Amino acid sequence: MKDPLTKYRTGSWYEATARERLAGLLDTGSFSEFIGPQEREVSPHLAWFDLPEAFDDGIIIGHGAIQGREVLVAAQEGRFMGGTFGEVHGAKLTGLLRYARDDRAAPRIVLLLLDTGGVRLQEANAGELAVSEIIRAILEARTAGVAVIAMVGGRAGCFGGGGIIAGCCSRIVISEQGRIGVSGPEVIETNMGVEEFDSRDRPLVWRTTGGKTRRVLGGADAYAGDNIASFRDATISLLDRIPAFDLDTMEKEQARLARRLERFGRCGDTPEIWQVLGIAEADRIADLADEDFVRIANAQEGANHDAR
Amino acid sequence: METLEICRTAARRAPGAKRHAITGVVASGNLEVLLERVLGDTRCEVTVKTSVEGFGDVWRAVIDDFVERHSPGGLRISINDGGARPDTVSLRLAQGVRLMEAGE
Repeated sequence: MKDPLTKYRTGSWYEATARERLAGLLDTGSFSEFIGPQEREVSPHLAWFDLPEAFDDGIIIGHGAIQGREVLVAAQEGRFMGGTFGEVHGAKLTGLLRYARDDRAAPRIVLLLLDTGGVRLQEANAGELAVSEIIRAILEARTAGVAVIAMVGGRAGCFGGGGIIAGCCSRIVISEQGRIGVSGPEVIETNMGVEEFDSRDRPLVWRTTGGKTRRVLGGADAYAGDNIASFRDATISLLDRIPAFDLDTMEKEQARLARRLERFGRCGDTPEIWQVLGIAEADRIADLADEDFVRIANAQEGANHDAR
Repeated sequence: METLEICRTAARRAPGAKRHAITGVVASGNLEVLLERVLGDTRCEVTVKTSVEGFGDVWRAVIDDFVERHSPGGLRISINDGGARPDTVSLRLAQGVRLMEAGE
């Protein structure tokens, strides 16, 4: 019988559920879940709002292997409440990171499959606290020598506290469909007006927050096509390119960001950045095939760096 | 929210040895189905928590049809529903018993 998991490898990352992504990303049959849905650790808040719960509170955590290397993983389900950080959702991720931090026998790699709009509004304070705890747990795990790799390519993107969490990781893998930001497009439009940012202008949203832009600017470290196999390959390619988490790395990051501001600070929109970079295909970046885009991105100064 | 408890007797024990499985996502027009092999051979208990109230008769009809077609004996089935249509519910239930068929 054909291995039922192989179908996930060819499937779209964007369209897949969190469980499908894990099944295809990890070595076949290697995943074992912590606090699975049968334990029913559901949100204590959603019932107050007469809203449905999910048995895993929208995040799956556990242990597995990628190309034979042991990893801890957490995968957010972007379709449940927008992949948002509630109290239980956040506690599961914090616990996973602290396990990596504290137990020397635990895997030294944590993969975060982020797909989130940020804090779950119904659990506002608990969600904000959860995001803070996760940020601290990531930094402490990295200090203890753990590599934390974020993957972004889901329908919810990676916004709000999720955008900050991604920025705290050792490395980031992104696809064209992946978007990273703190204030999401609708939030910017609501606060600053449609003239500042039109959230319904999809090309604008994608070229501002999307994966190709993030990759060229060095905001992400590897670019994946929108399929699970490509995310797997891109992740494997980063496993041996994890920066140390020390003062030297932070100084390099500061220098990298200062240089970025100096070069692109006057640009009003993304195509101007492509032009400053001297990319010949500046007017058709969105239409480039994945392989062509990867070749251009890999050639950019600032896209590949020792900082983070 | 409305909670429905539906108990049925199945013709046979659900095939396979898997202890539990989950399929689907709680989202608009979708649902998650958690299956656990914890009951006697022909018993099947279904708990539905749904965001759409007043459709108990439709749920009972869909589950009667499912029990007749798939004979899910021994399974406790727990559903979190985000307003899925009956055909989606039938599909998820069928996916769930299929997942339980794995050997483990």
